[in-house]
Amino acid sequence: MNWTWFHRLGSPPHVYGFAERWAPWFGGAAALAIVVALYGGLILAPADYQQKDAFRMVYVHAPSAWLSLMAYSTMAVAAAVGLIWRMKVAHSAAAACAPIGAWFTVAALGTGMLWGKPMWGTYWVWDPRLTSELLLLFLYIGYMGLRAAIEDPQKADKASAVFAIVGVVNVPIIKFSVNWWNSLHQEATVMRMGKPTMNGDMLWPLMLMFLGFTLYFATVVLIRLRAELLRRERSASWVREAVA
Amino acid sequence: MRSGASTVARLVVERDLRLAFRKPSQLLQPLLFFMIVATLFPLTLTPELSRLRDAAPGVLWIGALLSSVLALEFLFRDDAQDGTLEQFALSGQSLTWMLFAKTCTHWLLSGLPLALSAPVAALALGVPATALGSMVASLALGSFALSLLGAISAGLTLGARRGGVLLSLLTLPLSVPVLVFGADATQRAIAGAAIAPPMYMLGAIAVLGVTLAPLAAAAAVRIGLE
Amino acid sequence: MLSVSGLHLWRGDRHVLRGVSFSAGPGQCVLLTGKNGAGKTTLLRAIAGLLDPEEGQVSWRNVPARRSRDAFHAELAYLGHEPPLKGDLSARENLKFSIGIRRAVTREEIDCALRRTGAEPFADLSVRTLSAGQRRRVALAGVLLSGAVLWLLDEPTTNLDADGQQLVATLIDEQVGGGGIVVAAVHHALPLASGRFVDLVLGEA
Repeated sequence: MNWTWFHRLGSPPHVYGFAERWAPWFGGAAALAIVVALYGGLILAPADYQQKDAFRMVYVHAPSAWLSLMAYSTMAVAAAVGLIWRMKVAHSAAAACAPIGAWFTVAALGTGMLWGKPMWGTYWVWDPRLTSELLLLFLYIGYMGLRAAIEDPQKADKASAVFAIVGVVNVPIIKFSVNWWNSLHQEATVMRMGKPTMNGDMLWPLMLMFLGFTLYFATVVLIRLRAELLRRERSASWVREAVA
Repeated sequence: MRSGASTVARLVVERDLRLAFRKPSQLLQPLLFFMIVATLFPLTLTPELSRLRDAAPGVLWIGALLSSVLALEFLFRDDAQDGTLEQFALSGQSLTWMLFAKTCTHWLLSGLPLALSAPVAALALGVPATALGSMVASLALGSFALSLLGAISAGLTLGARRGGVLLSLLTLPLSVPVLVFGADATQRAIAGAAIAPPMYMLGAIAVLGVTLAPLAAAAAVRIGLE
Repeated sequence: MLSVSGLHLWRGDRHVLRGVSFSAGPGQCVLLTGKNGAGKTTLLRAIAGLLDPEEGQVSWRNVPARRSRDAFHAELAYLGHEPPLKGDLSARENLKFSIGIRRAVTREEIDCALRRTGAEPFADLSVRTLSAGQRRRVALAGVLLSGAVLWLLDEPTTNLDADGQQLVATLIDEQVGGGGIVVAAVHHALPLASGRFVDLVLGEA
C-alpha cells in the first residue's frame, strides 16, 4: 500500500497549500447550500400543523447540534493521530476544530432556547439533548482552557489531545446517563424537544442545511489551520516563501 | 531480582499511607469541607426535614463531588514538586500500575472516609436510617470512580498555571454519569425502592474506570513531566 | 551500548538540541560541557526518555529506547538537579522505596551505600531537615544502590564540598571501571582518573 499520501498529510507546507487552494471552494459551496436551504426552509416549506412557524428553528438548531458533535469527534481523531503518529499538523488541526465546535454548541443551545420560548413559554428546559449540549460545551471550554494554561506548545498539544480522547470516550456515557436521568422524572417527558414529523417539502432543506453547515465547518477549519501552521512554523523557510 | 508487581504496589501503598499519616491535616480538609457544605444547605433551603429529604441526594452527591475535587489536589502535587513522580516514571516498572496503586490509596484516604462519615450529614438532611447502608455503598463506589477519573485530570493539569480551577473544569463534566447514577441510587434508597439498577451502572463505570483511567493518567503524567 | 543519533529538540520556539550524536560503550564516561542554557539538562532528559525529541533516536543495546522503555529504565539511574526525596520520610525510608520498586534490597545494602557516600550519620532524620549537600549524598547512595549500568548525572557535584566532589569522581571511576557507562553534565573539571573520559561540548553550533 502506498502511504505517501499519509506522509504528505504530515508535511506543513503541503497541507498549507491544500488549505489555501480548497478553502474558497468549500466556502462557496457552503454559502450556496446554506442560502438555498434557508430559502427552502424559511419560505418554501409549509408551516407545521402543531408548532406553526416556530418549527423552522430546527433548520439551524439540528445542524448546529450535529456539527458540534462532529467537530468534537474530528478534534479527537486529529488529536489521536497527532499522539500516535506524532504529527504536528494533526495537533494543529485539532486546535483549529475547537473554537468553531464550541460556537456550534452555543448556536445549538441558543436556538434551542429561542425554540423553547414559543413551545413551552420558558427559555430553558432540562431536555436531555439540550443538557448534553451544555455538558459538551463544558468539555470544549475545558479543552481550550487546558491548551491555554500550558506554556510549552508541545506539552499543550499532547495534554489536550489526551483530554480530547478521554472526552470523546465519555460523550456516549454522558449522553446515556443524561437520558437515564431525564427518564426518571415523568413530567419531563412532556417537555421533549422533538423534531416534528416532516414531509418531503420540509426535509430537503434540512438535509441541505446539514451539508451546508458541514462545508462551512470544513472551510473554517481550513482557514484556521492555515493560520495555525503559519504561526507555528514561522521560522521555517517555506513560510517566508508562502507569505512573500 | 526485579521487583514484581505486587511488591511495587505494596511499596507504593505503604509509602503513601506513611506520608499521609505524617501530615494528617491534609486528609481532614476535604472531609470537613463535605460536612460544611452539607450543613450550609439547610440554612439556604429550609429546616423542615421532610423537604430536605427531597434535596438530600443532590446535596450529598454534590458535596461528595466537590470534596473529591478538593482532595485531588494532593494526589500528585507533592510528588510532582519534589521530583519523586519522575522517579515513578523512570523506575522501569509500569507507570499505569503504580498510578493505579496511588489512586486506590488516595481513595482509601479521601473517598472511603467520606462515604463512612456521610451518614452523619445524611441524618441531618432527613434521610431515614434504613437508607443509610445503601447510601454509604453508593458513595463508596461513586467516590472510587471519581478518584479514578480525577487522576486523569490531575495528571493533565500538572504542568498548567492555575491548575486548581482547571482541574475542576476538566473533572466536572466527566463526573456527570457518576453523579446521575449515584444520586439515583440514594434517591431510591430513601424511597425504599431497589437500588440495583443504578448501582450496576456505577459498578460498570468503576470497572471501565479501573481498566482505562490509569492508562490515561499515566499518559497524562508522562506528558506533564516533559 | 548507548547510541544517540541526530537528536533535534525544540522547547517552545527554542531549537535546543541541534542534531546531537554520540555513542558510548561499556567502560566509557562522557562529560557534557557547555554554557548555561546550552542544553545539557535537555540532552540528559531526552536520553532518559523524559523528553520526546522531534527528530533523531536514542538506542540502548541496539534497540530504540522508546520501544523498550521499561527494560531501558531498569538499567538506568538518572540524577537530576534536585535529588528526588520525600521531605517527610527519612533517607533510609526514601531509599527503601526508590530502590525497592526496582529490585529487592536489604537493610545491610542500604546501610553500606549510605556509609560509602557519608550519609549514614543523618540517615534516620527527616529529609526535610537536611542540607542540600546532605540530600545529594543520600541521592548518590541511591544511584549506587540502583545497580544500573548507565548513569545519567546532571551536575552531580552541586552543593558538595571538596570531599564530596572527590567522592563523585571516585564513584564514577568505579562505575566505569566495572564496565558501566556514565554520561555526566559538569561545570567544573572532575578529578577523574585520566584517559577514561570523552568530552562532548554543547552549544551554539
